[in-house]
Amino acid sequence: MADQRKLPYVMAFNEAVRQAMEADPDVFCAGEDIGAFGGVFGTYSGLQATFGADRVVDTPISEQAIIGLGVGAAVTGLRPIVDIMFMDFICVALDQIVNQAAKLKYMFGGDAVLPLTITTAGGGGLSAAAQHSQSLEALLCHIPGLKVVYPSNPYDMKGLMMSCIREDNPTVMIKHKRLLGMSGHVPTEPYSIPLGIANVAREGSDVTIVAYARMANEALAAAAKLADEGIECEVIDPRTLQPLDTATIVESAKKTNRVVVVHEAVRFGGLGAEIASQIQELAFDWLDAPVHRVGAPFSPVPFSPALEQHYIPDATTIANGVRQVLGRPVLAG
Amino acid sequence: MDLSPATQFDLHRRMVRIRLFEEAAGRLAEANKLPGFLHLYVGEEAVASGVCGALNDDDHITSTHRGHGHLVAKGGDFRRMMAELMGKATGYCKGKGGSMHINDLSLGMLGANGIVGAGSPIAVGAAFANRYRGRGQVAVAFFGDGSTNIGAFHEAANMACALHLPIVFACENNEYGEFTPRDKTMAITDIVDRAAGYGMPGVIVDGMDVVAVHEAAVEAVERARTGGGPSLIEAKTYRFYNHHGVQNLGLKYRSDDEVAEWKQRDPIFSFEDRMIANGVADRAQFDEIWAELRAAIDDAIAFADESPYPTPDQVLVDVYTGGRH
Repeated sequence: MADQRKLPYVMAFNEAVRQAMEADPDVFCAGEDIGAFGGVFGTYSGLQATFGADRVVDTPISEQAIIGLGVGAAVTGLRPIVDIMFMDFICVALDQIVNQAAKLKYMFGGDAVLPLTITTAGGGGLSAAAQHSQSLEALLCHIPGLKVVYPSNPYDMKGLMMSCIREDNPTVMIKHKRLLGMSGHVPTEPYSIPLGIANVAREGSDVTIVAYARMANEALAAAAKLADEGIECEVIDPRTLQPLDTATIVESAKKTNRVVVVHEAVRFGGLGAEIASQIQELAFDWLDAPVHRVGAPFSPVPFSPALEQHYIPDATTIANGVRQVLGRPVLAG
Repeated sequence: MDLSPATQFDLHRRMVRIRLFEEAAGRLAEANKLPGFLHLYVGEEAVASGVCGALNDDDHITSTHRGHGHLVAKGGDFRRMMAELMGKATGYCKGKGGSMHINDLSLGMLGANGIVGAGSPIAVGAAFANRYRGRGQVAVAFFGDGSTNIGAFHEAANMACALHLPIVFACENNEYGEFTPRDKTMAITDIVDRAAGYGMPGVIVDGMDVVAVHEAAVEAVERARTGGGPSLIEAKTYRFYNHHGVQNLGLKYRSDDEVAEWKQRDPIFSFEDRMIANGVADRAQFDEIWAELRAAIDDAIAFADESPYPTPDQVLVDVYTGGRH
């Protein structure tokens, strides 16, 4: 009987780090509160007890120095995992991420190798307000030299995190805060899912929905609802946002002729704009409707649950996006 | 400390190598043969030379936008440096980095840096890796007075001390942040005052005196290497040329008298006078050294001149290790 063990998303992450540290003495972790406390989301729980304070390092609240610690250690041969507690805080460390980590290899003529994993927690839905809820992945995907990963479920989390750690380039692994408790099948043994390969989460013939992280799960919920109306959606979860698996997305667009792109980030300038643009460049003749984008309105993430639940897209807004590209009546939530 | 004649000649040679490289680069820039910006290290040679003379080949340094001197002092190759400044395929960065990103990882030189203050956090990472591996290597962060006003420096200094890392913070205080004098940008006179705030020892040295710099560096490096944690050295120095380029650009931000006064204290010539007075060397020996190194510079310029430019297909090479996927 196959291993059917279930694990929450947060522990899938934790297990990937643990197994990578067991396998490779060059792997270490550093960040705020990750040692004795185990990280504010429990993502690093128990690791310092196993591997000691020299390998699971509590740092000051110093995001630039945390990333710098990773860059300097990576370029001199270690394989660091450095944690930025909330994705919003990458803004404090953008120089080290954008101007240093992403560019050293290129600027140095190829000599530098940076096996650096930056982990962080993104997304809203916790009434954490505008400085603890953002989805800034498009900003990172815009930077040549970085890879960006944003898993939607526990199985992908473990396999992708393992790939991030083994990757010889700076990689940002974003954990979605609302998925930390999501339970799912996670094999016990170490495994990796290659970066840059999308997952066709559901096959369908009428409309393609491209969605990642928590929105991939909302898209699956929308697809289930729409199936009752006789609409068959194909749901594609890119999983890795940079490099993006454009080929799988375009292939699906050519099959269904209609596409809805979904993300939690604000619509304007979001990754959905890039995906929609790639589809029209590569599959224009196959499209029966303009590519539709579902995303957050152009405002900071609001605090009150009454506002935030309206702000973040969900299965209902995604389903309406699908109805729109099919020319069907849009239903009230 | 009495430095051996061999050490004195070693420090002298490092300084002359820097001076000749930088003056040659300056001449090439004036002849419009160098694309981009050029931040020359002339005047500050004693700092990089005194510090790097205290390091082993496998120790690490991070540098600044004024980084040629650090690479030369760590043993950088004239040919590959000159070719990089010209944007040639044979340069240290294959023409993709230029003056501000010149580096040699095999010499532990982790790169000049176009972002003021950004090198210090990277030095912290190198120091962490060195202790992690337990091979007794140390890291030195070179930085200017201006960069101590940037958050990255503060974060790096504090983290290095909190983690008790084997690192030396080597400040080149040349009294100007670009074109603005230090007294307009900070309320203290001595950068070393900041060291106490992080819990590390700090010392001021005459940055025009290579022996003084070297002695302070030997002590700080030894402290780092033997588990004594970080130190800060503030070297009071001066850049003889402008923030960038060679000519004055018509910008009058410091007086001719001030520049002339500092030039009287030229770190190389004053050291040569001292070595002669102490009977360590004679003028003929120095003439020979200058002539030999001038020939090496001429060779590097010829090499760079004859080298090809990178081909356009190289734009997408080395963005990622192992290709994009």
